[in-house]
Amino acid sequence: MANAVFIDNLHKSYGSITAVENISFQVQPGEIFGLLGPNGAGKTTTIRCLTTLAKPDRGTVEVCGISAVKNPRAARRRLGYVAQEVALDKVLTGRELLHLQAALYHLPSEGAKERIERLLELLNLTTYADRQTGTYSGGLRKRLDLAAGLLHQPEVLVLDEPTVGLDIESRFIVWDFLRQLKAAGTTVLITSHYLEEIDALADRLAIIDSGVVIDSGSPSQLKERVGGDRVTLQIKEFTPEEEAQQAKAMLSSLPFVQSVIVNPARGNSLNLIVKGESNYLTNIEESLAAASFPIFSMTQSRPSLDDVYLAATGRTLMDAEMAAAGRRDLKAEKKEEMK
Amino acid sequence: MITQSSIQSSLSPDPSLHGGLEDNSSALGDFLQETFALTKRLFIQLQRRPSTLMAGIIQPFMWLLLFGALFTNAPRGFFGEDLNYGQFLAPGVIVFTAFSGALNAGLPVMFDREFGFLNRLLVAPLASRYSIVAASTIYIVALSFIQTGVIVAASAFLGAGLPNIAGLGAIALIVLLVVLGVTALSLGLAFALPGHIELIAVIFVTNLPLLFASTALAPLSFMAGWLQVVASLNPLTYAIEPIRYLYLHSEWGIGTLVMDTPWTSISLWAVILVLLAFDALVLLAIQPLLRRRFA
Repeated sequence: MANAVFIDNLHKSYGSITAVENISFQVQPGEIFGLLGPNGAGKTTTIRCLTTLAKPDRGTVEVCGISAVKNPRAARRRLGYVAQEVALDKVLTGRELLHLQAALYHLPSEGAKERIERLLELLNLTTYADRQTGTYSGGLRKRLDLAAGLLHQPEVLVLDEPTVGLDIESRFIVWDFLRQLKAAGTTVLITSHYLEEIDALADRLAIIDSGVVIDSGSPSQLKERVGGDRVTLQIKEFTPEEEAQQAKAMLSSLPFVQSVIVNPARGNSLNLIVKGESNYLTNIEESLAAASFPIFSMTQSRPSLDDVYLAATGRTLMDAEMAAAGRRDLKAEKKEEMK
Repeated sequence: MITQSSIQSSLSPDPSLHGGLEDNSSALGDFLQETFALTKRLFIQLQRRPSTLMAGIIQPFMWLLLFGALFTNAPRGFFGEDLNYGQFLAPGVIVFTAFSGALNAGLPVMFDREFGFLNRLLVAPLASRYSIVAASTIYIVALSFIQTGVIVAASAFLGAGLPNIAGLGAIALIVLLVVLGVTALSLGLAFALPGHIELIAVIFVTNLPLLFASTALAPLSFMAGWLQVVASLNPLTYAIEPIRYLYLHSEWGIGTLVMDTPWTSISLWAVILVLLAFDALVLLAIQPLLRRRFA
């Protein structure tokens, strides 16, 4: 069976700025695939090439074995697209917008009417269907956009940052819906800079940074590859800097402790990576007691996707996010999008 | 009642809807379906936000009323052939209104670009993206006809008289030709310019100068020599003069001379030919702009 999405060696630059340098990944039919990376990493550009809004400079972009470059119309029929910023005509009602969408995808009118009512019902939009979309909240807008993207029963639904700017409840509604979608056999490709989102939803993911795929696999594979467990230790609720440093020196000398970082943002708590010792919690406890350090709290966890990102790029996703925010020229990006 | 299995069937992909590589559906049918839907959207917008249309009717009415009053006491016959200025002005206002309406045709498309709504259309498997252009054109033509109808009625009421049915038909044709060309131009600009500020700026610098450099407000004989030349090259003049002739004469044919230029007199069919040539020229000029975006 052909890949639902096949992207190989994709390059795309806008003028002198290289947005995507070399991106390759494959999405299997029926899975939820996540593109994870900070803002400005090239996720949206990749999606724009996939949805035929931008022409790649080089590389292969295929949907269900169909080239998005050579047969864009056939590719468009197989794709549903939910953009990051929902563009609804605010004068139209939700139902009118869906009817417009149905005509743009050439659905026969009897089938379309029934399908629109089904989707409105499924997404709990029936009550709002005859109100103008200008009156909708963010969550409603996103749900209507989801309905629009699914109207023609696409093989692949592409969502660009589906929950940015949504409240927690709407976010969970969207997540739950995407899981139902997967269960029904639709392939889902989402981009996100939220680790939890990709971790919660994706069967497999690719981490993108500065226009390049730096790692890919299932979330658990990636985490295992980084290896080690994480221990977060607080000596006191607010540990004096000096005391934290002393504890750090002592803990670093333990053979199974790989690294210790003092986190001043959280009351000088200590973040440890441990490996090759199953009984490390007791071991740490005893060592601390021997050196007469108290323990306020101690938690252990498996590595997160953030640790994967950190291991691959040498910075946390949050740092990358901040750095990217400073570098970005939002105005220029907006202009590019309009082209 | 939503059952689990009905949810499944609503959310699962249906490849049978998506066809093969080649089109198995009727391209013309698809084109008509999407054009109709896009046109319908514009009319729903008009119905819920009628202020543009209202302004588009009030403005020419004010032109007729105020500008018409400006020269009320000019000697009768001053504007040629035993006319009062109101009669002289009406054809100018008709053409100018249709022209300004058409010049604004690109604005909704530009806003769709800026708000990202155009992307919704561009990711859809449209039979041809020219349906977006077609829908805007149908909309603007309909709007212009509504406005023209109101102005013709208002001018009749203000004493400019009313052409016969054939004359009204010829006026409709001339208005259509002007609107088609100018709408195409505006849509081309909507795809070429960076944003609505620039588009509005272009509309602003084109609108009134083209009015003053035509015979809408004053006959050719009043103008400086160079302006006569400019006005005789202005497509608006080629619409205003024949309409003015139709207003004043009930006896005319396709060969009737309806317009004077510094060089020669021009017949009705030649005027229509010039307007057709203008439309063709504009369409040719915007082709590369549209193709760049629609390829």
